[in-house]
Amino acid sequence: MAKTLFEKIWDTHVVKTIDGGPAVLYIDKHFIHEVTSPQAFAGLKKRGISVFRPKQIVATADHNVPTIHQELPIKEELSRLQVDTLKKNCAEFGIELYGLGHPFQGIVHVIGPELGITQPGMTIVCGDSHTSTHGAFGSIAFGIGTSEVEMVMATQCLLQTKPKLMRINVEGKLNNGVVSKDIILYIIAQISAAGATGFAVEFAGSAIRALSMEARMTICNMSIEMGARCGMIAPDETTFHYLKGRLFAPQGINFDEKIAYWSTLYSDEAAKFDKEININAADIEPMITYGTNPGMGIGVSGHVPELSEINEKEKPSFEKSLLYMGLQPGTNIKGKKVDYVFIGSCTNSRIEDLRMVASFVKGKKKADNVEVWVVPGSKQVEKQAIEEGINKIFEEAGFNLRQPGCSACLGMNEDKIPAGKYCISTSNRNFEGRQGPNARTMLASPLTAAAAAITGEVTDVRELI
Amino acid sequence: MSKSINIIKSTAVPVNIENVDTDQIIPARFLKATTREGFGENLFRDWRYNSDGQPKKDFILNNPTYHGKILVAAKNFGCGSSREHAAWAIKDFGFDVVVSSFFADIFKNNALNNFLLPVTVGDDFLQKIFSAVEKNPETEIEVSLEKQTISIPETGEQDRFDINNYKKTCLLNGYDDIDYLLSIKNEIEKFETSTN
Repeated sequence: MAKTLFEKIWDTHVVKTIDGGPAVLYIDKHFIHEVTSPQAFAGLKKRGISVFRPKQIVATADHNVPTIHQELPIKEELSRLQVDTLKKNCAEFGIELYGLGHPFQGIVHVIGPELGITQPGMTIVCGDSHTSTHGAFGSIAFGIGTSEVEMVMATQCLLQTKPKLMRINVEGKLNNGVVSKDIILYIIAQISAAGATGFAVEFAGSAIRALSMEARMTICNMSIEMGARCGMIAPDETTFHYLKGRLFAPQGINFDEKIAYWSTLYSDEAAKFDKEININAADIEPMITYGTNPGMGIGVSGHVPELSEINEKEKPSFEKSLLYMGLQPGTNIKGKKVDYVFIGSCTNSRIEDLRMVASFVKGKKKADNVEVWVVPGSKQVEKQAIEEGINKIFEEAGFNLRQPGCSACLGMNEDKIPAGKYCISTSNRNFEGRQGPNARTMLASPLTAAAAAITGEVTDVRELI
Repeated sequence: MSKSINIIKSTAVPVNIENVDTDQIIPARFLKATTREGFGENLFRDWRYNSDGQPKKDFILNNPTYHGKILVAAKNFGCGSSREHAAWAIKDFGFDVVVSSFFADIFKNNALNNFLLPVTVGDDFLQKIFSAVEKNPETEIEVSLEKQTISIPETGEQDRFDINNYKKTCLLNGYDDIDYLLSIKNEIEKFETSTN
């Protein structure tokens, strides 16, 4: 029977199905971090049980770590307590921890792939909604709550209802200045922040196939921003090439054997999806958000919608959003002054993102009215940026290159955008208060963010390249 | 946390805002606890309080006219971050049921795992609840998990909601998913052997 990519992986991970209920799904890899794990460990202790398969869990500290002076003790007491608790729990239960100071430390969704832990055909979970990132390798990867973290720790399984299946085909060639972040912001703007709720989404089509692994991760990362249970892309030569030689990827003959299996992971021609959406890559321009959910995105040459363009039922939330953002309906987004530029997060903090920004800003200086933070996704990304001299380019441009962590994506550490200020951010969420109380976030690609850093305002990067 | 739920009859608190994400339910800066308790204090923190900590008079949770064990929310409730702290905060504040026409997936699971019942109703019925409660804050709503019904006894209007049989049995009896998974550990081990 013809199967989708999702079904091929799902079917081989179902331990059993409960009558009239969910399936028991086996989980191959489990990533944990300091914020959503302490209560799960506490739950195990309360029940007096141990971690079932500690070798299948990898831990890091990322959400609330400082991004300067990581060599010093964390100043903020509660953050320090969470990071210390993770350290203690990992030691007690025999879990590998890439904590602060470790050469592999970084954002959980950056380190999994770069270490070769994330592989095609796997089921992967983490107590973080952006776990969908790992789907870029052709795996079923999704975010879970803390009770579920505890379940996976205790049994390596979860109870899951099979989602509906959607395929989004992006065909054709991208315009100059348009990158993978623009593709996903465009898709979410088309189908809304709830447009894929209840679905597992496969991204396909020639424009997706042409993307690098890191660019694919950006797309899958934001699947959750349209409500999707997970996002995935069938593995191909690009995937195999990326994985080859990575520390925890299979080596030698094992790798070749794995490729034979991974090569079977695609949706069969006759496979059925509950929904298909077709997107023409040529229709996409550099995107930016103007509102307070990721579906409120427009092309950078466009304008904030007029009230008359919004359907009646959505008017109250639209108006609430604009009030928060301090924007008027109908205004052009281009030329809007910005105060901060944040380049980082599990969406766009990988070496290719930093290279993209560096090649654009080389020899340029940031505008006086802007503060620019670049937060690499991991220690390895940071190291590579230094080796390639990217740090020098940033320094000369007046950008502040910091140390790895989630940082201003969610402002759990000190990296917060002040109230009322506008921040062009390469992260994934523009929710009210996400980057700090009353901070105003505009989501964009690393290129569009870099252009704004130089001009001090929302800029159409196509005019500068 | 009170375990097992069946019939909940209570007045309701309407939060008629669409796309309420979990950052609004509980902002990230309040996720630093290592226990599950006390998150209710910061439920809807930035909508509920000014930056100086003073309650915002116009937010519904600060209006004593509205109270009860049922939170009535608009479409796409609980989207965004997977933080279970959102479900903990709602439960800790004193709600046992959240009603909406559409829940985000992860939030729904988190709610169920905390014996906070997410009830999905049709758009029209949701509007009826909003109107009834806004007109008379003392309007009671009755939810029966056993019958899978939600009604407004005052007007006699009623809607049905879906829940799978497994989860229903768990909630009625106070069982956790984790209890179930632990009970089939030998089957899980067999599965591991068969796939290796």
